[in-house]
Amino acid sequence: MSTETTPANSGTAGERPIGPDNPAPVIEPPRTRTGRSPRSTRTNFELHGWLFMRLSGILLVFLVLGHLLIQLVLDGGVSKVSFAFVAGRWASPFWQVWDLLMLWLAMLHGANGLRTIINDYAQRDNTRFWLKMLLYTATVFTILLGTLVIFTFDPNIR
Amino acid sequence: MSTATVEKETTGAPDGGSAASHKISVTFRLRRFNPEVSAEVTWQDFRIDIDPKERVLDALHQIKWEEDGTLTFRRSCAHGICGSDAMRINGRNRLACKTLIKDLNPAKPITVEPIKGLTVLKDLVVDMEPFFQAYRDVMPFLITSGNEPTRERRQSAADRERFDDTTKCILCAACTSSCPVFWNDGQYFGPAAIVNAHRFIFDSRDEGGEQRLEILNEKEGVWRCRTTFNCSEACPRGIEVTKAIQEVKRAIITRRF
Repeated sequence: MSTETTPANSGTAGERPIGPDNPAPVIEPPRTRTGRSPRSTRTNFELHGWLFMRLSGILLVFLVLGHLLIQLVLDGGVSKVSFAFVAGRWASPFWQVWDLLMLWLAMLHGANGLRTIINDYAQRDNTRFWLKMLLYTATVFTILLGTLVIFTFDPNIR
Repeated sequence: MSTATVEKETTGAPDGGSAASHKISVTFRLRRFNPEVSAEVTWQDFRIDIDPKERVLDALHQIKWEEDGTLTFRRSCAHGICGSDAMRINGRNRLACKTLIKDLNPAKPITVEPIKGLTVLKDLVVDMEPFFQAYRDVMPFLITSGNEPTRERRQSAADRERFDDTTKCILCAACTSSCPVFWNDGQYFGPAAIVNAHRFIFDSRDEGGEQRLEILNEKEGVWRCRTTFNCSEACPRGIEVTKAIQEVKRAIITRRF
């Protein structure tokens, strides 16, 4: 007693009519596991990555919240932030280490998070590879540039 | 046996009116796919009269036996132990034989789909091979060394309790096919394989725990778990699947450091 039949998905029919001798392709999910699938890696990389996310996350809570407090709330809020303010802070090695730590941890934490998202969602091997290459390039560039600025900052720049 | 039939016939006649009255009309919206007929997936509605205290499996039987014999689905024991009839009912993975119609809001159409993330072969039948491949990969059997004891391998009640939860798995694939990581990447071992590894890793009689932890430490192992708890929610046996996965993660970490 079928009342209605609505197509939910449209497939491509071949030249020959579909029948028992010429069945349509079955509906396959992306990247199926086969007998050859496992044994890809025998390293602890994913273990260390997982642990790093937890530990860097805890540290970043204090670093970032402290940073936001200093920059936006204390001492007149965001209006006080100027070249002189930054120069004054970076004169002290404590703030240099704070900012360096925050830069490295936040970049690596974010990059690793994006890496897992790409691994989870990019279906084609090529897409996954190139998205990750783009991510790694951007990460390395930002980390190197930031580190360079923190260490070679010159308050007397003209 | 014959008396039961006779009794049923005699009681069935006077009760015929009342038997029909407690039935309600329910619409079942089934996802149909038959590669020998069409490459297209269609949703087909069946409106049947059924007792709401019956199960979804009974409704599928009624549709197959009385409405459309081409409807294809798996079921074996029909009592929640063989794990053959896991399907996506109203968007959630359940066993059709353990889901009562009255628990599903029969006023609306009840949708029934094959479980996700596995190749659909026909209607509600999927190819379970990748699922069982992941199961085999974690070596779900007792590994020991030394001489075989002359009597059974003894274990304390506390040691048995340690992995009791994960012995309940019936390999129905409801958890693995509810996992969003598995939907997008079938390379992931999936919750069911990790649960069955957990069953042996935490067995005091087993000596292959280190090997299994090494396997699950792989790129596609436990670290891909995002703790979305879909698996724990889907498990028809009430296994705390996500907890088991987290325990395996902790075991890997504590053995390394």
